[in-house]
Amino acid sequence: MTLTITDLSCRRGETTVLHGVTFAVGAGEALVLRGANGAGKTTLLRTLAGLTPPMTGSVVPDLCAYAAHADGLKGQLTVAENLTFWAHVFGTRDIAPAVVAFDLAPLLSRRVADLSAGQKRRAALARLPLTGRPVWLLDEPTVSLDADNVARFAAAAGAHLAGGGSAVIATHIDLGLPGAATLDVSRFAASHAPDAHDPFAEAVE
Amino acid sequence: MIALLLRDLRLAIRAGGGFGLGLAFFLILATLVPLAVGPQPDLLAPIAPGILWLGALLACLLSLDRIFALDLDDGSLDLLATAPLPLEGVAATKALAHWLTTGLPLAIAGPALSLLLFMPAPAVPWLGLSLLLGTPALSWIGTFGAALTVGLRRGSLLLSLLVLPLYIPTLVFGAEVVRRGAEGLSPATPLALLAGITLGCIGLLPFATAAALRINLK
Repeated sequence: MTLTITDLSCRRGETTVLHGVTFAVGAGEALVLRGANGAGKTTLLRTLAGLTPPMTGSVVPDLCAYAAHADGLKGQLTVAENLTFWAHVFGTRDIAPAVVAFDLAPLLSRRVADLSAGQKRRAALARLPLTGRPVWLLDEPTVSLDADNVARFAAAAGAHLAGGGSAVIATHIDLGLPGAATLDVSRFAASHAPDAHDPFAEAVE
Repeated sequence: MIALLLRDLRLAIRAGGGFGLGLAFFLILATLVPLAVGPQPDLLAPIAPGILWLGALLACLLSLDRIFALDLDDGSLDLLATAPLPLEGVAATKALAHWLTTGLPLAIAGPALSLLLFMPAPAVPWLGLSLLLGTPALSWIGTFGAALTVGLRRGSLLLSLLVLPLYIPTLVFGAEVVRRGAEGLSPATPLALLAGITLGCIGLLPFATAAALRINLK
C-alpha cells in the first residue's frame, strides 16, 4: 500500500497555499512535514484527509486517519465512552490494544473534562489505531505531551509502521521513527500572493 | 450511526447537555400565558392551539445551535466528516437525536399543558398527534439551519432568522389541525399536509445539510 500524491494544489479559503505537491509514502514509511508556521502543513493534511477539496490532483481520504490540533473528545463522556464511540464508528470493536499502547487504563472511567491537556492528547491519539486505516495524518501530535509520552507515542507510531502502515506527520521535534523521510512544505509554496484588491474574496470566504 | 445516536442522546442527558431546556421553556410559556391574558376560559380556549404550537416551535429553536457548534468546537465534526459514515447519515442522525431530546418530550407534554389553557377536550388528542407529526420537521429544518451557520460567530441569532420563516408551514398546518379538532371539524386535510411536510423534510434535507456542512468545513 503506497500513498502516492502527484501535483496536488491545496487551498485555504480562496487562497492557493500549496502548488504542485508531489510525494509518495510506502508501507512502513513515515513522512515528516517541515515548514515555518503558516507554510501550509495543516492545509496539506486537511486536503489529504478529504476535508478541503484539492484544486488539482487527487487524494484518497478513505485510507487516511486524521488527527487534528483539536482532540475531538467529548468532555462529558469518559475516556472509555469516547474511544468506544470512535471504535464503533470505524467498525472496530476492541479498544484494549489502543488503551495499552497509550497507557490509558487508569483513566478509562474518568470524564475527559477532568483530564489534563496531555492526558486528553493521549486519549485523542489512541483513536488512531481504532480507525484501522493504514495512513495516519498527524498534525503536531506531540503538543502538550511530556517526554515519557512522546516516547510512548513514538513507540505506537513505530508499531503502526512496523505493521505495514504509514504516516504523514507535521511536527517540529524529532520522533526518531525508522525510515522517516522529511519533506519541506515551503518548497511548494504557491508563488502568487493573494489579490488584496479583490473585493469579493472576503465575502466568499 | 447507532453509535452516533447513542452518543448524542447520552451527551444530551449528561450535565450541561441541554436536555429539558426546551421542555422547561414550553412549560413556563404555557403557565405565563394565563397570567398575562387572564384566566378566563372563553379568552384562552380559542388561542390555546396557536399558543401551544408557537411555544413548541420556540422551544425547539432554543437548542438548535448546539447541534453542530459543539462538535465543531472540539474537533469531532472534522473527524466525523473523515469517518466512514456518509455525511448525510450524520445529518439525519443528528436531527433524529435532536427530535428525540426536544420534539418528542414536547409532543408528550403538550396535551397535559393544554389543560392550563382550557383547551376543549376533543382537541387534546389532536394536539398530541399534530405535535408528534410536526415536530420532526422542526428538527430536520433546524439541523439544516445549524449546518448553514456552523462556524459563524454568534451564528445562533442568524440561525433563528433563517429557520423561523421555514417553520411557517408547519406552524400553520399544525395549529389548524388542533383548531379544527376543537371545533369538531375533520382535521384530515391539514394533518395530511403536516405529515407531507415532515416526510419531505426527512427525505430531502439531510442531503442539503450534508452539502452545507461540506462547504463550511473546507
